Amino acid sequence: MSSSNPYQDDRGNKDRSIANPAGQGSPMPRSKSGKVSSAPGGPFLIGENMTGGYGKGPDILHDCTISVERGEIAVIVGPNGAGKSTAMKAVFGMLEVRSGRVLLDGEDITQLTPQDRVVKGMGFVPQTSNIFTSLTVEENLEMGAFIRTDDFRDTMAQVYDLFPILKEKRRQPAGELSGGQRQQVAVGRALMTKPKVLMLDEPTAGVSPIVMDELFDRIIEVARTGIPILMVEQNARQALEIADKGFVLVQGRNAFTDTGKALMADPEVRRSFLGG
Amino acid sequence: MDLLNAFITLANFVIVPAIAYGSQLALGALGVTLIYGILRFSNFAHGDTMAFGTMITILITWLFQSWGLSLGVFPTALLALPFGIAGCALFVLMTDRAVYRFYRVQKAKPVILVIVSMGVMFIMNGVVRFIIGPDDHAFGDGERFIISARTFREMTGLQEGLAIRTSTGITVITAIIVVAILFWFLNKTRTGKSMRAYSDNEDLALLSGINPERVVMVTWIIVAALATVAGTLYGLDKSFKAFTYFQLLLPIFASAIVGGLGSPVGAIAGGFIIAFSEVLVTYAWKKVLVYALPDGIGPDGLAQLLSTDYKFAVSFLILLIVLLFRPTGLFKGKSV
Repeated sequence: MSSSNPYQDDRGNKDRSIANPAGQGSPMPRSKSGKVSSAPGGPFLIGENMTGGYGKGPDILHDCTISVERGEIAVIVGPNGAGKSTAMKAVFGMLEVRSGRVLLDGEDITQLTPQDRVVKGMGFVPQTSNIFTSLTVEENLEMGAFIRTDDFRDTMAQVYDLFPILKEKRRQPAGELSGGQRQQVAVGRALMTKPKVLMLDEPTAGVSPIVMDELFDRIIEVARTGIPILMVEQNARQALEIADKGFVLVQGRNAFTDTGKALMADPEVRRSFLGG
Repeated sequence: MDLLNAFITLANFVIVPAIAYGSQLALGALGVTLIYGILRFSNFAHGDTMAFGTMITILITWLFQSWGLSLGVFPTALLALPFGIAGCALFVLMTDRAVYRFYRVQKAKPVILVIVSMGVMFIMNGVVRFIIGPDDHAFGDGERFIISARTFREMTGLQEGLAIRTSTGITVITAIIVVAILFWFLNKTRTGKSMRAYSDNEDLALLSGINPERVVMVTWIIVAALATVAGTLYGLDKSFKAFTYFQLLLPIFASAIVGGLGSPVGAIAGGFIIAFSEVLVTYAWKKVLVYALPDGIGPDGLAQLLSTDYKFAVSFLILLIVLLFRPTGLFKGKSV
């Protein structure tokens, strides 16, 4: 990513008998958390006027604002390369926010590392590599609950109730499951922390239309339990149908922000992003 | 023709020594495979880590001996082993803090860490020779044999004897215990599972609240323990010499790769495959063949396929064959 860093250059080495690149982590903007300050009022979770990019690279987000209220589903839609996933990562602290701030439940968490945001109650499901493929389904869920010191068996039972297929396959390595089932494991893993807000990065990427409908149903079910959901979606039409609030991003900027219904009705949004 | 004596000879000179050597290689390869799986590079300093841990064990053994402390029939080194492990773990953690952590924070590509580990190898090598010297040291004491060749002959009335040395017995039993504990730890405990999760997907482990520095620390401690145990057992079985331990790196890597890098079961299987092939190919078969074949057609020469000087060539030949036909190793490892 940041080719300016000589340590990131493997000099064309392809010999995997000495080097194991599988599953290596990506650089994070900060390795230690800074201060958390109180910032009462405002939405439950908001990334406010965020400007930033990866590493020392150029800005990808420009003054971009994303928010979600309690009990709501908010979706981020937009054309390819609009910075949808980047905006979500910025809210989660996975890239440098050069100006703007992130507030969660009345606290300014801009200076926190992603892992400390998890402790604060954010659950994040990345778009790719979102499960531990070599661990069993049950171990995946256990790892999801790693920060919890209390008994998490009832949370696991709830996840199994929500995704019954996972209970059936709990002893199978998660890497052997189908695409839709993997996504269920990924969402289940994030739910194990009992998050206060759930962030999903394209949960329906690469699954069949039938499985997609089912996943959307499940996501609505999760939202009904009271967990606010912030979601990036490629399938704009379906996503806006279930969304309370929609953010249309274009080139890292907020293009349209309204309720899901209003955006669906907006002729300009329809023409540019929903295919008429 | 005397098949029983042929078998006893084979057991005495091939099977028993190869099992002991195989256990030592397996413990070494487990350390290499853990580093590869969790820290994502091949640790060239592993042989010298073994030498360092063994050196501490030897120094403590000498101290205990000077105090008159002993374990009776068992070697005093077993009593010193926990101190050796602690010393080695401390040294390795200091190395990690001073050297490897810098590259980890940068998320340096694994191949850079391989070169870094080579530098660490030279330094550790020097430290060990500086402290204990480049010479051979035998530090085994206690009873030498569980069954000596003479006792065995007297017991069975056979022509050939089967000697089982104390160090061999201790090696095999210790290896079994260590491997059992390791597998239990990796598969059943919370920390062990978090190590596997970190190995699988570092970013997701971070998002699950797993502390990477803790995983790395636990990994180094386990690796130091495995290296010290392997090194001490090897030293008890043969003798300690810094250069020999550096050379052990070669069969250990061969074991880990043949078994499948990143796979603990593979490391164990690989260790035994390499050990058995080395001993089988470099053994002079004359005596066994004379017993096993009908009278008069036994070989005149030693019937030794390769001189023992070439034993490392055997590991590499096997490595080559496995990589040609099954690049991920016998047990599905992570290398392709």
